[in-house]
Formats: sequence, C-alpha cells, structure tokens
Amino acid sequence: MTEKEKELLHLLEKEGRISTEKIAMMLDESEEKISELIASLEKQRVILGYSAVVDWSKVNTTESVTAMIDVKVTPKRGVGFDEVAERIYRFKEVRALYLMSGTYDLSVVIEGKTMSEIAHFVSDKLSALDSVLSTTTHFQLKKYKHDGIVFEDHDEDHRIVVSP
Amino acid sequence: MTVSNTRQQVKLSDAVQRIQPSGIRRFFDLASTMDNVISLGVGEPDFATPWNVREASIASLERGITSYTANAGLMELRSEISSYLKTNFGTSYSPENEVLVTVGASEGIDLALRATVNPGDEILIVEPCFVSYAPLVSLVGGVPIPVPTSIKNDFKVLSEEIEKRITNKTKGIMLSYPSNPTGAIMVKQELEEISKVIIEHDLLVISDEIYGELSYDSVHVSIPSIEGMWERTILISGFSKSYAMTGWRLGYVAGPEIYTKAMLKIHQYAMMCASTMAQYAAIEALKNGKEEMENMKVSYRQRRNYFVKALKDIGLNCHMPGGAFYAFPSITITGLTSEEFAEKLLLEEHVAVVPGNVFGSGGEGHIRCSYATSLPHLEEAIKRMDRFIKRTNG
Repeated sequence: MTEKEKELLHLLEKEGRISTEKIAMMLDESEEKISELIASLEKQRVILGYSAVVDWSKVNTTESVTAMIDVKVTPKRGVGFDEVAERIYRFKEVRALYLMSGTYDLSVVIEGKTMSEIAHFVSDKLSALDSVLSTTTHFQLKKYKHDGIVFEDHDEDHRIVVSP
Repeated sequence: MTVSNTRQQVKLSDAVQRIQPSGIRRFFDLASTMDNVISLGVGEPDFATPWNVREASIASLERGITSYTANAGLMELRSEISSYLKTNFGTSYSPENEVLVTVGASEGIDLALRATVNPGDEILIVEPCFVSYAPLVSLVGGVPIPVPTSIKNDFKVLSEEIEKRITNKTKGIMLSYPSNPTGAIMVKQELEEISKVIIEHDLLVISDEIYGELSYDSVHVSIPSIEGMWERTILISGFSKSYAMTGWRLGYVAGPEIYTKAMLKIHQYAMMCASTMAQYAAIEALKNGKEEMENMKVSYRQRRNYFVKALKDIGLNCHMPGGAFYAFPSITITGLTSEEFAEKLLLEEHVAVVPGNVFGSGGEGHIRCSYATSLPHLEEAIKRMDRFIKRTNG
C-alpha cells in the first residue's frame, strides 16, 4: 500500500462524503486517478462501506438500547472461536463482535428497541448456544464518543480573528 | 492635543515613538465588529493543544508545582530541546549553557536583539516577514535594513540582494524560513549560497525557525547545521506552531554560550523564567507529541494543496508555499492595492485576510491567507473571493 493510498483511506475514514474532486486537490492527484484508487480499494474490500455516525438520542421517535455483552465460550478443535463467532454475528441484532484477551472471550455489541428485547436475545439466542458458557450484559447509558467523534462537542474556535 | 497630553508625550521614549503599531491591528478591529466573518487572517493553528500535553500541565498543577524554575528553564526541558534539535536538525547544543527557555519565540527575538545590537548597528531583515522584527530592531536603537524577496524567486532570499546592502555598520541578518507570511522555504543548497556571503562579511544571524517543523515537501534545514554557521547563529524556535501551543507562550533560543549567557542576563532580570506549567506541558510535547504533530502536519499539507490549487483556479497567481500554513497569492490582477483588496473583501464578502504590505517590502500586491482553518471554511472563503474578484474585474 502506498503512502498516498493510506492518506486517502484516512481522509475517507474521517469523512466518507468528501468529494473525489476535493481529495484530488488535497492529495495533488488527478480526479481520475483518485476514482481509480477508490474503486480498487473497494474491490479489494479495504474499504467496506460508507456510513454516517448518527446521534440517535436526538431522534425521539426511535428509542434504542445498546448493550455490550462479555461472553465466555468453549473453543472448538480445528476452528477455534471462529465457528461460534460466526453463529453469533449472523444475528442482525449484533452490531459488532470482537475476540478479546482477558477474562472473557467474545465481546458482543447488541442493539435493540428495549431492554427486554435484549434480555430476550441473551437468554433465548446467545446463552442457548452450546459453546456459550456464560454471559455478562452491560447496558450503555450515554454515548460520549464513538468512532473518534465526540457527541457533545464544545470545541469552538476561540482564536482571535486576525493575528500576526 | 491638550497641553497635559503634550507634556505626557515628552515623557515617552524616543524609541517607542519611533515605532508604529502593527498594521494588522486595524484589520483586527474592523473584523471584530462584523458577523459571519470567515477568517483567513489567523496566524496560529486551528487545533487545540494535544490532550496529553494539556493533561501533563494539569497534572503538574495538581502536584502543586507552581513555583519559579531556573532562569534558563527546567533542566529536563532543556535536555529534551537539546536532543530534539540534535535528532531532527543535526545541531548540537549543550542543555547546560546553550539553550534558554523563553516566553514564546517572541521574547527570544527581543533577547537576541537586545543582547547584540548597539545603537546605529544595521540589521538586515529579509522581507516580507513577521511584523515584529523591524520594530524590535528600532527599539534597541538599531537600524532595520529591508532585504526584499519576491514571488519571482518564490520569496527565497538571494545572496546578491544581501550583499549589496552590507555596509561597515551591518551587524547581522534576521531570517525566518519557513516564512510567515509567504510560506517560502530555503533548501540546503540555497542556504549554503547565502551562508557564503554571511560568513565572508562576518555577520551575526538571528534565525527564527518557529515554523521549522511545518515543512511539507522537503526536510527543514536548520541554518546552524550549515557549515560555518553554528558559531554565528542564534536559533529561535518554540512550541506555538508545531504543537499548537500559541497561548502557552513558550519558546526557546539556542546558540553559542557567549550569546545565550548574555540573553540569560536580560531574561533573568526582565522575565525571571518562563511559565512553569507551560514548561511541563512542553516536556510532554517533546517526549510524546510527535505523532499528533505529524498528524497535524499532514492535515496542513492537504489543506495547502487544496487551497493553493483553488486560488489558482479563481485566477490568483500563487507560488507553492513549502512550509508554515500561509498562502501568499498576488492580487495585482484586480488593480487594487493589498490594503484596498483586504478591506473591500472584508467589508463586501466578510472574508478576513491580511494585506501583504504590513509584512514589509515585497509584500505589496499580495495578501496573506492562513489555511489553518477547516476545509468547509476554506471552500466558502474561495467561493466568496471568486465572487469578489469577478465583480472587481468587471
């Protein structure tokens, strides 16, 4: 991967909606070249998608609850954690899934409409899996920062308008 | 003017009456009264100081470290500065007696001039440049002699321009690359070229390298790293620009002991020491701030590329600034002077820029635009400038 490609990825990661024209100007390349690079990075699945970071707490019609669940599982010979991980991440409620070091194995991020919906998922779906030994569910109370973005940002420009 | 005012006036020193307030001030006053201003007039980073640096200062306060430090600054900080200069620019300064921590690079410039200039000494000043050099030379009784640079040579100073202004009164030369306001840089070979003349005439060099870290296309070459220059150069730098620490007021000077010792004498009487909490912040910046600094640098470079291309697209001739965070386009196609252009642009389109003439000779016909502002702001500024130029050119 070239330095330019890395820089391009950082730009897109920070702002997925940035125009090709602007990227081309910033990286001192032609627009065609940038389009080509993006297409190729998408094809290689280095770029997997583009999404918005939404503060759903401001959208009062859509109540939702997010929980992070620590899961202990028994790994299986030959496939390790991958098989049980796949069974878990295929549920559409699962927003994210990570294999962790430390006192538990999988960290599952679940989103649901209500707490009981999540409780239902944990008891009926997750705990019911053969490999799952135990679960510990933590509900998120407030989102301060997500994917590098501070939700209630108070950073204004305090600089004086003209200075030497 | 009343009689009592005149009487008060005579109590003012000749030196202070000789100097004029900065031309930037007028634009600041004007812009401050207006709404919806997009400012390209700001001479400082748009980032806040990295959190780890701020946090280190908070921690020092929590531990109750609120007393004076040694006059020259904390030994730990001087050691960090010394090894930073060695690693990045290949220059050696002993932290014990060749590095002095100052209240911003501005104090460093003042100290260097006060320690070396006698009344009547001529100091060559490469212009356009930071607004304080000539007034500070005048304040100590020196005579500032402008050495102009122009867009023709990408605002690099030529050795013959220096040479033809040297008289038997010439004491030294003030240089600042990467340059505020032009963004110009000088590569090694170009510095060697001017060094020949400087050495031949045995001039002192005061080199303000506050933007040294912000060099985008080539590695910054520090003047004292050029052969024969270390022993005649007072290097001035600081944390304001590279680490986004303008408000902390923390800089440093480095140079041969004969100069730093003299500057320390003035500093200990006039200032005692730089702010203690700022010094702790600076230690953290040098120890663990490199990555953040590099990230900021990438962001400046991207915005520079965007902005300079956009300026050209709207018809303004602009050299590619190799460093700092300023573009210095020519506005002569509008037929306006720098002052007229800047004032009309501010009043009509609410975009603040700084007219080039306030930075000295060679600046007329240009405006300084700082691209250390968000991309959407740069875009909007370009849109408004485009409209303004089309209207002006009819």
